[in-house]
Amino acid sequence: MAGRLRGLFALLAAILLPALAAAASNEVNIYNSRHYTTDTRLWEGFTAKTGIKVNVISADHDQLIQRILQEGENSPADVLITVDAGRLVFAADKNIFAPVSSPILEKTVPANLRDPKNLWFGLAYRARILVYHKDRVVPSELSTYEALADPAFKGRILVRSGTNTYNLGLMGAVIDADGVAGAEAWGRGIVTNMARPPEGGDTDQIKAVAAGLGDVALSNHYYFARLAGSANPDDQAIVRNLRVFFPSLDDRGTHINISGAGVVRTAKNRDNAIRLLEYLLSPEAQAYFADVAFEYPVNAAVPLNPTLAAWGPFKQDRLNPAVYAANSAEAANIMDRVGWK
Amino acid sequence: MTDPHAAAVPSLADAPLPAVGVSVARLPPMTRRLPTGREAIRFAVCAALLLLITTPLVAVFAQGFAAADGLWAHLLQTVFWTYVSNTLMLCLGVGLITGIAGTGTAWLVTMFRFPGRQLFEWALVLPLAMPAYVLAYAYTDLLQFTGPVQTLLRQLTGVRYGEYWFPQVHSLGGAVFVLGFALYPYVYLLARAAFNEQSVCALEVSRTLGCSPAATLWRVALPLARPAIATGVTFALMETLADFGAVKYFEVPTYTTGIYRAWFATANPTVASQLASALLLFVFVVFAAERLSRRAGRHRHTSNRYRSLRHDRLRGIAAAAAIVACILPLACGFVLPAATLFAMAAHSGGDLLSTPRLIELARDTVLLGAIASVVIITCAVVALYALRGGRSLLARLAAMVCSIGYATPGVVIGIGILIAIGALDRLLATGLQQAFGISAGMLLGGTLAAITYGCLVRFFAVAYGPLEAAMAKIKPSYEDAARLLRGSSTSVLRHVHLPLMRSSLMIAALIVCVDVMKELPATMILRPFNFDTLATEAFQLATTERLDAAAVPSLLIVAAGLLPVILLCREVRRSRPGQG
Repeated sequence: MAGRLRGLFALLAAILLPALAAAASNEVNIYNSRHYTTDTRLWEGFTAKTGIKVNVISADHDQLIQRILQEGENSPADVLITVDAGRLVFAADKNIFAPVSSPILEKTVPANLRDPKNLWFGLAYRARILVYHKDRVVPSELSTYEALADPAFKGRILVRSGTNTYNLGLMGAVIDADGVAGAEAWGRGIVTNMARPPEGGDTDQIKAVAAGLGDVALSNHYYFARLAGSANPDDQAIVRNLRVFFPSLDDRGTHINISGAGVVRTAKNRDNAIRLLEYLLSPEAQAYFADVAFEYPVNAAVPLNPTLAAWGPFKQDRLNPAVYAANSAEAANIMDRVGWK
Repeated sequence: MTDPHAAAVPSLADAPLPAVGVSVARLPPMTRRLPTGREAIRFAVCAALLLLITTPLVAVFAQGFAAADGLWAHLLQTVFWTYVSNTLMLCLGVGLITGIAGTGTAWLVTMFRFPGRQLFEWALVLPLAMPAYVLAYAYTDLLQFTGPVQTLLRQLTGVRYGEYWFPQVHSLGGAVFVLGFALYPYVYLLARAAFNEQSVCALEVSRTLGCSPAATLWRVALPLARPAIATGVTFALMETLADFGAVKYFEVPTYTTGIYRAWFATANPTVASQLASALLLFVFVVFAAERLSRRAGRHRHTSNRYRSLRHDRLRGIAAAAAIVACILPLACGFVLPAATLFAMAAHSGGDLLSTPRLIELARDTVLLGAIASVVIITCAVVALYALRGGRSLLARLAAMVCSIGYATPGVVIGIGILIAIGALDRLLATGLQQAFGISAGMLLGGTLAAITYGCLVRFFAVAYGPLEAAMAKIKPSYEDAARLLRGSSTSVLRHVHLPLMRSSLMIAALIVCVDVMKELPATMILRPFNFDTLATEAFQLATTERLDAAAVPSLLIVAAGLLPVILLCREVRRSRPGQG
């Protein structure tokens, strides 16, 4: 009997140990929805600099937000990182974040890339661009997102599912620019012009242009940069005849989304959480976002990845993500109504 | 499933018995008396288990009682019926594929001799190691427009997009294909075990009464194997209803992804809970109907006289057809996707996972599988024994309710457990604060206990089903005899039931272990800090569009799953009664 009890205790200890370990003092707990196999480098860099241990749970942003909500006051989360402004705004709406006042954060992050009340901060931004085939598209054909709904593009557009957050963000911005009716008409035009029903991710749209399925793909810039910057001959073969174009929303500039973070209201390690955010905006960490993830660093002092630098500067839509993200529920309804699957 | 020891145990059953196929009436209970202390304990244990398993489901259910502010109207107008029709089509397709492929191959390898039969006999189980979402990755890479097959086709023929027909992978049909061939081994295993243990007498009697081999299959073997086949198909369908990884990746809007979308993306727990509750209700009804229909015609083996099955030798076209019939599901469910994954892994440049990281992932995955399967099997045995012979409606209802978790999407279970454990943690925290002034924070949430709990709710049926079947096959006369010899219920469990069920226990534990290691959504939602499994890693890589990098962890899931599956193959091969 004693042996069996010992076994039971050992099992219990094995099950509960991670919780006890996580209760140690000098650390910071991240709920992370960025997913890069090399992210550990970032956390190791932070630990090396500050001595603060980093614990991470990575999952889909929606899952992490629900988890924080259900855990309530006891949630161990200190920082929530997402790859979509819509989800940051959603988390803020659910009262998940506490405002942070940090001169470093406010100085480094431009006002259009952080929450007006400093609930969340952009870490890096991504542009929703067009990738086109150089032989089948004349650059002068391309201008605005709105123009993609013209009959001239019938059967030529490749774009992923309308349930995807990047498309919801764009639709939210179109609602802001052109109103609900205008956005719905635009959505209908895009659906009419699709080369095929939405399938796969952004990379799949790019590959489909290369393979001749359509002429223009709507994609986040880093998916194309990842292929263009790759040493793999297969990837090089895909991008050889493809070019990028930065479309404008109305005449405001290219729609951008952010990868960002906020400090959780119930954070047990609030100071460490703020230090982590400050670290993520330091040149060292920002260079990682630029080099490894092919994103545009928020810190203007950090040079662009050579692949992005080669594309030249572009005019960005300065609409605060908080504005278009607030439209995302309406955007989702429009997607359903126009049949953008 | 089957017990090799059955024939070796001397018992009343060795005496001449009524004709084959007729059920043996159970002896009436010897005495009716008030519950003794022991039975009260048994009842309490049972009630506690029931409470444990249903709490997260009830927690989800409870979210449904609120106003749903217009989302329902929107859903009904737009996507709701797509969810329903897609899900029904998915179930129909998967039911057909698993039923036909599973039963057909099982019948072929048990009853006939043909070249390669011995290989197929165990190899047909291999797809069990292949999660549906991994199949989805592999077939996407292989068959998509820019994949090797279509590219080659275009290069060879010069046709372009739209000028030829090619099956669309990211579609309902693709999901049916992937789930069907990932899940048919459930039916194969159970049908094979059932065919294998059937008495030659029954088959021979049917032949002497003038049945053709086909009629013997149709009128004797299938009805005798029906509970096993039905259980297998039910498993496959429950997995299908609960599948998230494959349909989400294929972007097929099903009921499950609809629940997910309502809960997570639009954050409307009320509607999500109502959707989930309707699904649970549907499953419950199907479940009950299946059980009731099984009761109506109860077929039992009554003979213990086993001889080697006579294998008819197939020649010529018949042999070739049998080989093709076995190769097809094996190739679709295992060989082709495994080869594709290898090719993907070889192709992918950079961004691969480092070896230490892979080892870490494998370690966490195996740890979770081991802990969860011990816990789940223990709970299943306890429940089974407490409910055993339970004539009351309550006992049967309890068994059914506990099994419903298997058809519940992992996301729903994940949420249910977050709610339940969150509430428990708050209670504990308040209690500790008031009693000792300790601020405990979260005690259970974010520990392995939470995922183990999730796996228990999700996979209880996986352990319970086969064990219940094994228990049902142990003739009540054994227990009656043991009881006559004044054995207590615990000693009957230890000395009669557990030894007889040893191989079933082993098989159940292995299946649970593989299932836990493959589990995706609940693990994603519930896991502790710095704890990733191969499944979560592969899924995150695939959904962030690095399919090539997902190939290596996917292969490792398959490899980890193979070990138990190989043991399972051996177990299956030895499982012919009278040859143990």
